[in-house]
Amino acid sequence: MSGNAKEQILDFVRARYPQAEIDETQDIFALGFVNSLFAMELVMYIEKTFEVTIPNDELKIDNFRSANTMAELVDRLSPARV
Amino acid sequence: MATLAETAPGTLQVTDRKSARAFVDTHIVPYADAYDRQGRVPEELLERMTAAGLWAPFLPRETGGGGMDLVTLGEVHEEVGRGCSSVRSLLTVHTMVSWAVQRWGSPAQRERWVPALGRGDVLAAFCLSEPGAGSDASGIASHVVEKNGGWVLNGVKKWITNGQRADLFLVFARTATSIGAFLVPRDSPGVEVTPIEDVLGTRASMIAEISFRDVALGPDALLGPSGFTAGMVLTGTLDLGRYSVATGSVGIIQAALEACAAYASRRTVGGTLLKDLPLIQAKLSDMVTDARAARLLVAEAGRLKDAGEASTIMATWVAKYFASTAAARHASEAVQIHGANGCGHDYPVARLYRDAKVMEIIEGSNEIQRITIASQAEREII
Repeated sequence: MSGNAKEQILDFVRARYPQAEIDETQDIFALGFVNSLFAMELVMYIEKTFEVTIPNDELKIDNFRSANTMAELVDRLSPARV
Repeated sequence: MATLAETAPGTLQVTDRKSARAFVDTHIVPYADAYDRQGRVPEELLERMTAAGLWAPFLPRETGGGGMDLVTLGEVHEEVGRGCSSVRSLLTVHTMVSWAVQRWGSPAQRERWVPALGRGDVLAAFCLSEPGAGSDASGIASHVVEKNGGWVLNGVKKWITNGQRADLFLVFARTATSIGAFLVPRDSPGVEVTPIEDVLGTRASMIAEISFRDVALGPDALLGPSGFTAGMVLTGTLDLGRYSVATGSVGIIQAALEACAAYASRRTVGGTLLKDLPLIQAKLSDMVTDARAARLLVAEAGRLKDAGEASTIMATWVAKYFASTAAARHASEAVQIHGANGCGHDYPVARLYRDAKVMEIIEGSNEIQRITIASQAEREII
């Protein structure tokens, strides 16, 4: 799941910021891309795309810093993971 | 004393646009100008809205809500906005808070508040604006400090829709690290409500200034996550509020159209009915066109919300910007069509004109909206 999730999340971020070069490890907060609007969009995108609900205690900045950390979050929350 | 909801259960249920229209035409339209003059919505109507299940029908069925989808909710709010923007404003802020508690609340917070909000037993208000900060939420000065495991809130909120009547306030305040959202019951010691009277528009929406002086709150007052995601509570809540305002703006255009069509069909100038004059026809055709266009933009934003699509946030900005500016433009033209009659109390268009102006300001001024829309365009296109 996480490899696929990583790519999908990267695609989402790149679609929002096509002028930026972003890879799976880069801290999108450090790049200055994230405001509360984009943070909300990210949460909605992840919940919709991967059919998960992100509980409040997982809504931490470290879970959203990069495509890698977001994919790991998806893995943790996915009921079908093995 | 039994409430209307208790004495007449199951009656007047609003479940869709058609039933909303019937409710509005019966219980709101005939009295909206009186509400405007009196500067408040009477308790009897609030109780009728409770009986009709109007307050938060989108809440999940398992919480006692109606499970209404957001497209339908938008249609219902449009119909209420067609009847009276003040009443629709009460629904807007109640919707915002109800959604926020359902979306971001802990199990205990949801259990305590959601069923009561859904029924309308508890009415809510959204407290963001301050004397020195409106659309610029980063400028708020209200603040909390942690104390004894809870919080102490100080600050002043202004222009709070339904502040005069609401039982529960969702208050945004600075924490040590960010902005947090706090659930504050009206009867908390240190809460003082001062009505703001005689405002330009939505005059019956019971606006208030609310002071919070050393208000002691428990640890369960904080709604949603703290830290960086706290802004999402604000963003998400405002998004739904903006959606409701957009729907209400469509309602204003529709009300202006209906008022003008009726007037132009009776009023003559030089022996000719107004409706047969090309300049009047042009105004009416623009109202029809913009009402349809705005309604489609709102429906698209609602559809994206129901689908959980992130793009709903920008779609809602666009819908609110378009619908509110169109409402202001057409409400002005509605007064123009009515001539001197449009400036008095005998026709609803003066109220529509004043209410429409407010739509361009609340839930993010149109200037802020244009900045945000342009920023999105820059990200996606340029």
